[in-house]
Amino acid sequence: MMAEECVYERPVGLMAAHTHYCPGCTHGIAHRLTAEVLEELGILGRTIGVASVGCSVFAYNYIACDFVGAAHGRAPAVATGLKRVLPDRIIFTYQGDGDLASIGLGEVLHAAARGEQITVIFINNAIYGMTGGQMAPTSPAGMVTTSSPTGRDPRQTGYPVRVCELIAQMDGAAYVARRSLHNPAEIRKAKKTLRTAFECQMNGCGFALVELLSTCPTNWSMTPVDALRWIEERMIPVFPLGEFKNVAGGKVEG
Amino acid sequence: MARELLKGNEAIAEAAIRAGLDAYFGYPITPQTELLEYLSRRMPELGRAFVQAESEVAAINMVYGAACAGKRAMTSSSGPGISLMQEGLSYIAGAELPAVVVDVMRGGPGLGNIAACQSDYFQVTRSAGHGDFRPLTLAPATTQEAIDLTGLAFDLAEQYRMLVILLIDGNLGQMMEPAELPPFRQNAAPMPEWVVSGAEGRSHRIITSLYLQPEALERHNLNLQKKLAAIAEREQRFAGLYLEDADLIVVAFGSAARVAQNAVEAARARGMAVGLFRPITLSPFPMQPLAYLAPRARAFLVVEMNAGQMVEDVRLAVAGRAPVRFYGRLGGVEMLPDEVMQAIEQAMRDTRVTKNGARMLDAEVWR
Repeated sequence: MMAEECVYERPVGLMAAHTHYCPGCTHGIAHRLTAEVLEELGILGRTIGVASVGCSVFAYNYIACDFVGAAHGRAPAVATGLKRVLPDRIIFTYQGDGDLASIGLGEVLHAAARGEQITVIFINNAIYGMTGGQMAPTSPAGMVTTSSPTGRDPRQTGYPVRVCELIAQMDGAAYVARRSLHNPAEIRKAKKTLRTAFECQMNGCGFALVELLSTCPTNWSMTPVDALRWIEERMIPVFPLGEFKNVAGGKVEG
Repeated sequence: MARELLKGNEAIAEAAIRAGLDAYFGYPITPQTELLEYLSRRMPELGRAFVQAESEVAAINMVYGAACAGKRAMTSSSGPGISLMQEGLSYIAGAELPAVVVDVMRGGPGLGNIAACQSDYFQVTRSAGHGDFRPLTLAPATTQEAIDLTGLAFDLAEQYRMLVILLIDGNLGQMMEPAELPPFRQNAAPMPEWVVSGAEGRSHRIITSLYLQPEALERHNLNLQKKLAAIAEREQRFAGLYLEDADLIVVAFGSAARVAQNAVEAARARGMAVGLFRPITLSPFPMQPLAYLAPRARAFLVVEMNAGQMVEDVRLAVAGRAPVRFYGRLGGVEMLPDEVMQAIEQAMRDTRVTKNGARMLDAEVWR
């Protein structure tokens, strides 16, 4: 009789909780990847997460490390406070686009400018999910949302903010990359990228940010499958995937 | 330890260091900036955390983060910066974190000016942010008392897992006077069981102010109120001068109390039965001692460097049992003892007891 071989199981870092996320939402994938990476790097027990305001406010109900809930947009400042007094711990934030790219843009830019030794996981689904689908700073032009009912008109509401491109030019940023969660190949790349971002902090290289293009089928009014296609067709042209900065391996000067 | 000539802001900074300050996060604003400058030198010297934040919003959230780790964290600012910090102050209160905030008041509203003022009494004592809470507020009147209360602020913050605000004005922040610093404290207290530090060997911990279920949030709020009630019971502090036989009691806090004290001493020298009641805790306000004095004095005169804010708390404590008058200067104008003396004389003239025992009508006296 052949011995059973386990090829897939729940990571230790992921709790057996019923999901509160909508069907087809990719937060669950991002949570799982984060938990897998923390476990594989052996840092789960010395990691502190900072949850933000939005759908992922309950990230602490899924990822089995110590967690702190931050005010809207302020997670990088909270993470700064934690890291400065606990320099040997691993500190990460988990923030959506309304949180990070709108109300919290100042906090994330300055954390990057200071070269804070933290890891930022940035979920970009082009929309405010929890409040019911309003236009976000990352909504592509033409996108219909509950606060841009005729489609985002750049003449009235401006253009999407490309966070990676913005952060990558800060001297304090050591690792900046954008990945997508819309197919298995990209999900595998996303995991590798998250791993690099945490290793960056473990090696004291500086500030690391990983942007993950994600779906919101409920507020996009799409099926989960159509939502995955929408990432490929409508988001990636605006938010190209790739590494925007990687100075890992060498400490940031200054 | 010997007495030294110390500037208020720097004395508070050094007192915080000696009380075991682990981390300071701040943003420049007059008239508190010396506090930040002093700590930018001293904290790295001692291997402790210092960050000049990009805004007061960020600074208070850095305090929140460091406090989550069970570290002694502090920030300082003035009215406009405290306004920006209110979000973070509310989260600190909601998550029941110990933290110390120094507010060196200036003139307002808006950009106002940088002169000493007491116009943020409401802002700080009423809640200092959204939601149902009150921070503990300490109001020293001298550099020495500021030093002493800085140490007490950290103790109270940790004892009650509570936001403590040290409220002074630009006079106390900028003025130099002799004072004695305490020795360095040995910070040997064990880490409390609620701090986040990494979940190795134990179940993971969460620090949040989110309670989505109304019943759970009500329970949380009732616990906060219970704690505030215990604080109100135990921590009311005040200083009194000539209260035993005072017909008229002057009530003032902070540097206004020092001006008022000059006037009270002068009145006593002229044989007038005037006393001084100086609240040291503004929140909890010393209701009990004032309520005790209410039927024993003929009248109260509240003196503030604002348009009349603490006077509302005095009226609540006195509860109509004696008239309460107010005298104040606004916009950062320095109040002089002579002006207070005039207000005292006027109040004494107006408070003769009538044949039917009624005391003076409660009319505000404006300059």
